[in-house]
Amino acid sequence: MLKEKTEIMDNERVDRSIKRMMHEILERNHGTQEVVIVGIKTRGVPLAKRLHHMFKEFEGVDLPLGYLDITLYRDDLTTISQQPVVHGTHIPFDVTGKIIILVDDVLYTGRTVRAALDELIDFGRPAAIQLAVLVDRGHRELPIRADFVGKNIPTSHKEVIAVRLEEIDGHNKVVIMEEEE
Amino acid sequence: MSFNRKDILGLQEMSREEIEYILDTAVPFKEITLRPIKKIPTLRGKTVINLFYEPSTRTRTSFELAGKRMSADVINISTSASSIVKGESLKDTALTLQALGADVVIIRHGMSGAPHLVGQTIKAGVINAGDGTHEHPTQALLDLYTIREKKGQVAGLKVAIVGDILHSRVARSDIWGLTKMGAEVVVAGPNTLLPPELQSLGIKACTNVEEAIKDADVIQVLRIQQERQEKGLFPSLREYSRLYGINHERLKYAAKDVLVMHPGPINRGVEITPDVADSNQSAILDQVTNGLAIRMALLYLLAGGGGEV
Repeated sequence: MLKEKTEIMDNERVDRSIKRMMHEILERNHGTQEVVIVGIKTRGVPLAKRLHHMFKEFEGVDLPLGYLDITLYRDDLTTISQQPVVHGTHIPFDVTGKIIILVDDVLYTGRTVRAALDELIDFGRPAAIQLAVLVDRGHRELPIRADFVGKNIPTSHKEVIAVRLEEIDGHNKVVIMEEEE
Repeated sequence: MSFNRKDILGLQEMSREEIEYILDTAVPFKEITLRPIKKIPTLRGKTVINLFYEPSTRTRTSFELAGKRMSADVINISTSASSIVKGESLKDTALTLQALGADVVIIRHGMSGAPHLVGQTIKAGVINAGDGTHEHPTQALLDLYTIREKKGQVAGLKVAIVGDILHSRVARSDIWGLTKMGAEVVVAGPNTLLPPELQSLGIKACTNVEEAIKDADVIQVLRIQQERQEKGLFPSLREYSRLYGINHERLKYAAKDVLVMHPGPINRGVEITPDVADSNQSAILDQVTNGLAIRMALLYLLAGGGGEV
């Protein structure tokens, strides 16, 4: 059983982090020219939507928005006994020449991002892919890093970072969970 | 729900939940078939073998393409160019394929039950691509997918199946699938081509095609197998076409937005007129496209996960 250990971010801090990342994205790319947003399922999707909403609210731009289901690109399919449910990918624009802001909730081993990069490349040749995550908890197993980070949270392997989002869980917060003794 | 079948042998033994799970899984695979680069790495290192004892173009090609798009190695064995002509038994052929490392074997055979025998013999997943006059489950699944995609749902629809029901494994699988999904099924054809056991399935059978397709939401037209005529089961193709062929005049009996389907290959001008086959109401080519998505989904469900094989 997992039990809640510490609350790291509340609703307000989640929103503030996304807003800051939006500004960093603007700064890095000198505006929003060719910028598109792609969320990784499941919790990267509502985060991508929020980022998209903030660009609309503060910059007045309606950026193209898509989402990825990386299930079919996982590197552990042969080692898990049950096939995970495939929910589907939706990229309603040509990625070639675009700057893709790839959004996920937690960056951990980097394996999900590896799968997402492979899947994106199968849609065309983007000009760049930049990674935005709400939480970077360390313990990378691949040479992957985030371009935009909401919060760095050093963790141990035993801990689990739970990102709860209103769209899925009914409320916004980030907590550290730990195995109960 | 979780899906844990080793083999896909028929819809008779499948629950409605399992059928819906397969249809749901096929939806994301259809998206992949519409991408510019139609290739995913999911079945890298897996081996898919098409073992066809009967001729087939679309089913075999569809499975081959499904496997290749998922990066599996796909091998086609046709009986005329294999050891089967030297008298190798089905069981020995199956064991040989297992020894070669097959992960999924897709089999079409003239004898009903042949895929079941292969499924019991080997550890690999087995998919029935048509056995005798018994079942053709992947065709029925793609038919259900097409109906659901076009009509929103299957439950509550009236579906007419017209033609040679007696010899049709497609009709049998369709009947199982459609009734489990809650559709009302009516079949029509000459008396000599209607099997007597239909009543026990709760299926209405008509010899009058207008009666069968009256207010139908979907019509599945079956191919008239020309070789049957020689056995004297119906007098002539021309008479069949006149009495049972689906043409524009006859479609007026059906619902206004009726969907016309055909598992192919079609005999234009026999069971269906060219203008109906090529009309907006025809979903014949959608069926082919959807077949690819269904077969990719089944390969994923049988070989996508699990390190136990």
